[in-house]
Amino acid sequence: MKTAMSNNSPGATDHDGKSIWKFLLSEMKPKGKFITPFNIISIPVMLLGLALIVIRFWKGIGAITNLTQEIPWGLWIGFDVVTGVAFAGGAYVLTFMVYILNMRKYHSIVRVTVLNGFLAYLFYAGALLLDLGRPWHVINPIIGNSFGTSSVLFLVAWHFLLYMIAELIEFSPAVAEWLGARKARKILSGMTIAAVIFGITLSTLHQSGLGALYLMAKDKIHPLWYSEFIPVMFLVSSIFAGLSMVIFEGSISEKVFFKQISEKNHQAQKSIIHGLAKICAGAMFAYFFLQLLVFIHGQHWSLLNTPMGFWYLLEMLGFVLLPMLLFIVSYRTHNLTLIKIAAIITMLGVILNRLNVTVIGFKWDMAIRYVPSWMEFVVTLAVIFTEIWIFRWVINRMPVLRDSPTWVNENM
Amino acid sequence: MGINRRGFMKLLGVTGVTLAIGRDAVATTGKTNEVEFYGILYDAARCKGCRGCEYDCEEAHGLPEPLPTNKIPAIRQTDETCNTVVNRYKTSKGEVFIKRQCMHCNEPACVAACLTKAMHKTKMGPVTWDGDKCMGCRYCMVSCPFDSPKFEYHSPNPKIQKCDMCFERLKTGEMPACAFNCPNEALLYGKRRDLIREARRRMYEKPGLYTDHIYGEHDAGGTGWLYISPVPFEELGLKTTLQQSSYPALTKGFLYSVPSVFVLVPALLLGIHQATKNNGSRDENSDE
Repeated sequence: MKTAMSNNSPGATDHDGKSIWKFLLSEMKPKGKFITPFNIISIPVMLLGLALIVIRFWKGIGAITNLTQEIPWGLWIGFDVVTGVAFAGGAYVLTFMVYILNMRKYHSIVRVTVLNGFLAYLFYAGALLLDLGRPWHVINPIIGNSFGTSSVLFLVAWHFLLYMIAELIEFSPAVAEWLGARKARKILSGMTIAAVIFGITLSTLHQSGLGALYLMAKDKIHPLWYSEFIPVMFLVSSIFAGLSMVIFEGSISEKVFFKQISEKNHQAQKSIIHGLAKICAGAMFAYFFLQLLVFIHGQHWSLLNTPMGFWYLLEMLGFVLLPMLLFIVSYRTHNLTLIKIAAIITMLGVILNRLNVTVIGFKWDMAIRYVPSWMEFVVTLAVIFTEIWIFRWVINRMPVLRDSPTWVNENM
Repeated sequence: MGINRRGFMKLLGVTGVTLAIGRDAVATTGKTNEVEFYGILYDAARCKGCRGCEYDCEEAHGLPEPLPTNKIPAIRQTDETCNTVVNRYKTSKGEVFIKRQCMHCNEPACVAACLTKAMHKTKMGPVTWDGDKCMGCRYCMVSCPFDSPKFEYHSPNPKIQKCDMCFERLKTGEMPACAFNCPNEALLYGKRRDLIREARRRMYEKPGLYTDHIYGEHDAGGTGWLYISPVPFEELGLKTTLQQSSYPALTKGFLYSVPSVFVLVPALLLGIHQATKNNGSRDENSDE
């Protein structure tokens, strides 16, 4: 990944005298080496995914998925949407810390986290369209000819849309800096606080709302995972899910986009990750305690000594308690590697938890279980790869990881 | 602070809309209790398992013809090609038949789940589906405690299929096809209140013939289809562990919290933001 760091790079000046269209056209071209291991793996998967999507719209959802009349939501909802949105939770937590609590230390990673969150919503909500049987009616709940206001999904759909707008506003100053639009940047950055407050409110509601979707499936979800507190659990776990993602993504970006990050931010990185580890540990403690309360309150002791009970214990002890302890230990010993390991275990735990509610524990007593088809996995991977492509494209052009052009501070 | 004020106004507007929407949701769920729903009483003691209702249903809805009895298993599920099935169970009192279809709940989970109002509880009682509104998200299927809505997975323009209690026939004053044609009078169409009374009368007049349970009177908060049977309903494959209150009530608490969150959280955030605004320099050096 070669990127010019000088202030003469596109965006820093007025497009080197080029017209805006010529500038945009030149920016569409790929930058850096084309033949990289990531490209070699991702391109075939994306092409195969595209072919599968064509088949899906031509022959119906059943042609490429293993969904049944009893299991109407599978991997695409349980992983792409429910888990993906939990991982995008870092954006609202970080904007809360930086813009509401004014914790300046974390400012350097806000942009990349918001970008990540925005793309996650864009792509995972986009993946939702693949799962809709009649996607051409997707605007019905938006344009108002039929508001199903008693539906949790109605709330979630609106929140996805509004939150994407809020995140786009939060990110828009970076776009303005890229285009060299000074006036627009001033206006857009003035809207940040409003967008942040709106975005956090939306996030608290739809992070929990994704859990609330499953409240009516009371008899279908294994009792160890079903309680009326699913929404609270989803909200609390989205905090450490999102921050673990920030730690994970940050440690990869630091290597891949090394040249873009300024020396000052490189040094700040360590202290940022320590801070995030501390917050993760706190949120996970609250989460573990909540789960414990719900478990005791539910009086499910007898269920523990069953295969699903062992599975539950594995999730709670191995993927919540263990990474929480690792976060605490690594924070105290200032061990960065251990923090990254803890973040990865935490992320696996969040995937496990979301899949346990939505797929594994859903109709757990059925004779024939739902196992996603290989095609569902390929489409999911294709969506993730496409998102990474766009992410890389933006990072290489806009001032996300690298510092803003000098005129930004001059104008302040 | 002009921008902030504008942002605040925007929030205020959204809050107002949410409040209005929230109130609307309360009104619709409250009203259902005042309407007199129609339903169908199924008497398992009278059903001879002729499966005539399956054929009538297929004819009324233009679905494929059911297979003859010697070519089907004893126990089947409804699917996207058939809205009703009659299953044969070997029970403690010999062979007993049971007809399965959408239960047409008083407060249906599918209707509460539907974000486009494609699923609709009509004033007469049937729960119907509107293809012009449905976006095929299948949340109704996730929510329905009876797994009634079925989806055409192998169609590029898929529909949700389920019993609609022959709503088109009801509108012209006719009875549902199955209840109209049943040769054994195992199916009785009428006002739900009258059906419960009739079920009690049958239980009273023939003591010992029926178990003391009208399935659907309270199950899942009350359903349009009501069942009486000589054997406990567990033996007939009906879920008897369903809650006795309505399923939409499960999401009520969450939905009611939405307006409060929309009012309180932005106010709180704005307050904290103002309070910490000048702390920037101090935070730079602090540990947190």
